[in-house]
Amino acid sequence: MSSQMDASGFEIVARQDFSDVTYLLEVRHPLMAKAARAGQFVIVMLNDHGERIPLTIADFDRARGTITLVIQAVGKTTREMQQVCKVGTRLYALAGPMGEPSHIGGQRRVVCVGGGLGVAPIYPQARAYKETGAKVTAVVGFRNKDLVFWEDKFRACCDEVIVCTDDGSAGIKGNVTEGLRQAIAAHPDIEEVVAIGPPVMMKACAETTRPHGIRTVVSLNPIMVDGTGMCGGCRVKIGEGIKFACVDGPDFDAHQVDFDDLMVRLKRFAAVEKAAAEKFEESCRIGRKAGG
Amino acid sequence: MAKRKTIRTIPRERAPVGEQDPQARIRNFDEVTLRFTPEQAQLEASRCIECPRPVCTPGCPVGVDIKGFIAKIAANDLRGAYDVITQTNLLPAVCGRVCPQENQCEGSCVVGNQLAPVAIGRLERYVGDTAIAEGWSSIPYIEPNGFKIGIVGSGPAGMACAADMAKAGCDVTVYEAFHVPGGVLRYGIPDFRLPNSVVDAEIRNLEKLGVKFVCNTLVGRLFTIEQMIDELGFHAVFIGTGAGYPSFMGIPGDNLNGVLSANELLTRCNMMQAKDRGFDTPLPIGARVAVIGAGNTAMDAMRVCRRLGAEEVHCIYRRSRAEAPARIEEVHHAEQEGIDFHWLTAPVAILDDGKGGVRGMRCVRMELGEPDASGRRRPVEVKGSEYEFACDLVVVAIGTNANPIIGQTSKIKLDKRGYIATDADLATSLAGVYAGGDIVTGAATVIKAMGAGRTAALSMKKYLGLRDSDAVYGEPPKPEATLFGLDPAEHNFVRVRTA
Repeated sequence: MSSQMDASGFEIVARQDFSDVTYLLEVRHPLMAKAARAGQFVIVMLNDHGERIPLTIADFDRARGTITLVIQAVGKTTREMQQVCKVGTRLYALAGPMGEPSHIGGQRRVVCVGGGLGVAPIYPQARAYKETGAKVTAVVGFRNKDLVFWEDKFRACCDEVIVCTDDGSAGIKGNVTEGLRQAIAAHPDIEEVVAIGPPVMMKACAETTRPHGIRTVVSLNPIMVDGTGMCGGCRVKIGEGIKFACVDGPDFDAHQVDFDDLMVRLKRFAAVEKAAAEKFEESCRIGRKAGG
Repeated sequence: MAKRKTIRTIPRERAPVGEQDPQARIRNFDEVTLRFTPEQAQLEASRCIECPRPVCTPGCPVGVDIKGFIAKIAANDLRGAYDVITQTNLLPAVCGRVCPQENQCEGSCVVGNQLAPVAIGRLERYVGDTAIAEGWSSIPYIEPNGFKIGIVGSGPAGMACAADMAKAGCDVTVYEAFHVPGGVLRYGIPDFRLPNSVVDAEIRNLEKLGVKFVCNTLVGRLFTIEQMIDELGFHAVFIGTGAGYPSFMGIPGDNLNGVLSANELLTRCNMMQAKDRGFDTPLPIGARVAVIGAGNTAMDAMRVCRRLGAEEVHCIYRRSRAEAPARIEEVHHAEQEGIDFHWLTAPVAILDDGKGGVRGMRCVRMELGEPDASGRRRPVEVKGSEYEFACDLVVVAIGTNANPIIGQTSKIKLDKRGYIATDADLATSLAGVYAGGDIVTGAATVIKAMGAGRTAALSMKKYLGLRDSDAVYGEPPKPEATLFGLDPAEHNFVRVRTA
């Protein structure tokens, strides 16, 4: 990659692969590490022909001057990043931290729920709640035990960790709403639930807490271009109004969010995205053949 | 000396200028209006009657010496013309293209009382383009004065402020949230109206003045305005972040997938290069596009959709052509390109195709009633005139609101509408922090933003105790131009000599 020789851009200092689709990149950006707070996100461009994609900040280390992103290879850009982002290479653009930080502080007991890719961004929230003195229960969900990551990090900063797997190969069998139900049953004094993950999971968490009247916050992930409030592509229905997730969020009151609208809007470019991903896979196959 | 020119002795018609044929240009993103040839420029320059007291210059938000630069063109001294313009306007190639001249210099031109006014914009562009082609830049000798200036936003306001502060000897850093500088000149105005190569050239000129551009930096979030002054060592800060928070209509169907802001369309096309297959950003365009609004942004959006392959492009505007805020030339170009204008028409609802997309719009006819606060006649619904209109993409270009980020992250005072509050000198409620352009006034024009950037630069120089070379070597400073009554000769002014 020519970008390895390029001194501009943002250097990747560590990479870890959690599964064949999920990977972690730790990127050097001391100013951002200093500014970042739980709940915020960044916009990344892999190269100068790439698209701008929003990614939630999964961790930041002020001493090392780095931020951590956990990425799932689902589309053309994230698959390409999975192939070319190695330690020592650089991202062409990295802007942030964007969005309003989560309002953390004053709660005595909270539950942090992370499903799938949401497990990574829920971690800084759990840690931040703990730092303000709250009792923290983490509920983290994966498909099976091979996909479990960061359990140790959660155990280090939470009072209780409930791991859920679809097949029961680790922790309890079932999805995160099952874990959330257990937590609610065990602790009648829960003041706040934070849920991050796919929209369908966040919607299920909102419905789980609604009858109990527990304040619930979700972090929304709509399609964005700039991340600075300029394009309005990320607009979401909150109650009766329209908000821009990039500058008014990304955190919103889960009981006010129109998740069905969000899910439809996330499919906005589905056809183009599918075609781009297929074309990319095809070019990789040809590349592999040509490379022997 | 030659006999004075009069309205009777000058050529009656404007010099003809080349234009790309509408049928050809709707298939490319090349510029529509071609550059003057030297002969055309000479001819047009000869139409200036050189008024003893020109009214065109006061009509220009930055006060370009128009008579002066046109005289240089007439004398075949293009370098001289460039030097005259760049005394006040650093970006002639940009302004010659995008200023609404008909409401400014050309609108005031005396020739225009009887004939078509002198084509000042085209002449300015001719000079600017020649300078880019020849590699000219007006870089004065600059003696550093040790002051550090931070500029937030690299659009026209920030660029104009940066140029003045750099010429005064300051160490200027411009922060941009995007990965490329230029602001609205980059993401907003399409290539066929302002090529990116022109923006690049103007930015290189600023870099030659010593201005540093730092991209990927979202001020407010990465560091705050207060931190710029308190921790990062900036002696003064200018905020020129623009008014980008697009308005939607608040009608049913606003959130459908086939509805997007003009800002999003233009950003995807212009900055992210979605028009080019080699780039990753998607931008599917429908077969039948409706653009709501009739400002310059709406015109740009329609003409972009045309070039991206839309079969039909419709403009929906609730007032009539006379009230349309776009430049006359843009409306004219859009009409030539086959845009279908629906004047006196307002959308009532956007209709769902059952799959989250758009199948059409319900519109209502309007008529003009009494003048409203803006002085334009208020559109009033015609009862019972609702009808349905088929389309598969709706682009909303009805204006923008204040971007909230600086307000969310700073104690700076905002006005009732959320824009940054300033006094007449563009000083904000924070000491040493100035603001100008759309983030103060709401959406306006490139040249007004540049004018604000220059006004703020003047105020910042006063605040820092810097004197302009004009003030030092030219006329003695007026009493009110003296900071705290200090003699400028004894203060830390900077000597600016032109090389």
